[in-house]
Amino acid sequence: MSHKKELIKFQIDGLTVEAEKGQMLLPAALEYGFEIPHLCYHEAVSPYGACRLCLVEVTKRGRTMMTTSCNYPVDAGLDVATNTENVQRARQMILELLLARAPHSEKIRAMARDAGVEETRFRVIEDADDCILCGLCERVCREVVGANALTFVNRGDRREVAPPFGDPIACIACGACVYVCPTDCIKMKEEGDERTIVRWKRTLKMQPCQSCGKPFAPVFQLNWIIERAQLPKDFYALCPVCRKTKKG
Amino acid sequence: MTGAQLENILKKHDYQKSSLLAILQDVQALDNYLPRKTLEAMSQRLQVPLTQIYYLATFYRAFSLTPRGDHLVTVCTGTACHVKGAATILNTLERELAVQPGETTSDKKYTLETVNCLGSCALAPLVVLDGHYHGRMVGTKVLSLLKGDKKDASKKS
Ligand code: SF4
Ligand code: SF4
Ligand code: FES
Ligand code: FES
Repeated sequence: MSHKKELIKFQIDGLTVEAEKGQMLLPAALEYGFEIPHLCYHEAVSPYGACRLCLVEVTKRGRTMMTTSCNYPVDAGLDVATNTENVQRARQMILELLLARAPHSEKIRAMARDAGVEETRFRVIEDADDCILCGLCERVCREVVGANALTFVNRGDRREVAPPFGDPIACIACGACVYVCPTDCIKMKEEGDERTIVRWKRTLKMQPCQSCGKPFAPVFQLNWIIERAQLPKDFYALCPVCRKTKKG
Repeated sequence: MTGAQLENILKKHDYQKSSLLAILQDVQALDNYLPRKTLEAMSQRLQVPLTQIYYLATFYRAFSLTPRGDHLVTVCTGTACHVKGAATILNTLERELAVQPGETTSDKKYTLETVNCLGSCALAPLVVLDGHYHGRMVGTKVLSLLKGDKKDASKKS
């Protein structure tokens, strides 16, 4: 099997661009500086196509259609339009829906403002927790961290992301999901030598640095990494700061 | 479910991760629900993350994570049924079976559930027993329904 990359050419808003065949359209366009709003895409994980915000119009062999760009593989000769009236209208509608679901999210409010949406015509969910079910937390936990602590649960209007049986036993409190969540609805607290991932109700003791004494990461997480990566047992005796200074 | 019973089911499916759904169906068929311990054991034996199993278990309505009785009694508490006295019927059932909605009687015979409108509002108030609709319910009727009084039960109104 050859791993040589095949570069192809296509058009975005009239500009000829180059990308690797089969690469997803969204990252290719972002690389060229086109601004396509997106919420459920993150370069670290596989695309999921859930939020539908990244809609564009693609013309292929004379046929035009609206498609999400984060999970659309590019091909030679495509003609992509990122900001047509159709696209704008669809985007505004999606942002209104998202506003109703995640009324407190600064990011979504800003995106809506940018798209010219001031308010939503949909009923704002009472005491919304701002989760838009983008699934980024679940994907990062599974694909990047490998902890498999989260999953989609139920379906229909009871659908949510949660640990199995509501028990976060597999969560190592690494905070990766906190970092990728686009609506900031996964909060992390550090108090004394404990770290809590509030949304998943996971609290873990943190390991104090052998040199400066400051707690720096959950013991459970460190042991987990040591075991998986087969590192020496004392690999994480020092916090990252002291480790650097010790190495000089 | 005993460990041996689970082992038999797994063996039957050749310990294939791709047969997860079929395995869950067999577990559900045996116990009428999916016990947490069994799912955890499955995760271990098949080397499949519990998250993946739990996802399927909560996605399909055919599965239940709480024990199920032999019979499922569903009381519609939608608007129309509510207006026509669903609450009284529900109360009667709760008292008779000594369970709350979502629970199963200790003899594992009945599971009581509520639902929001079954689209048969003309028959309100509505009770569904094992998939059969029984309209225009009243407290006394629902009790004879449970006791298997076929005359009342088959009257579909
Ligand atoms: S904090 Fe827990 S749930 Fe979040 S990514 Fe890390 S292991 Fe997964
Ligand atoms: S918690 Fe955040 S990252 Fe996870 S699905 Fe909800 S919005 Fe997405
Ligand atoms: S970013 Fe493409 S659908 Fe969400
Ligand atoms: S409200 Fe009960 S069937 Fe519609």
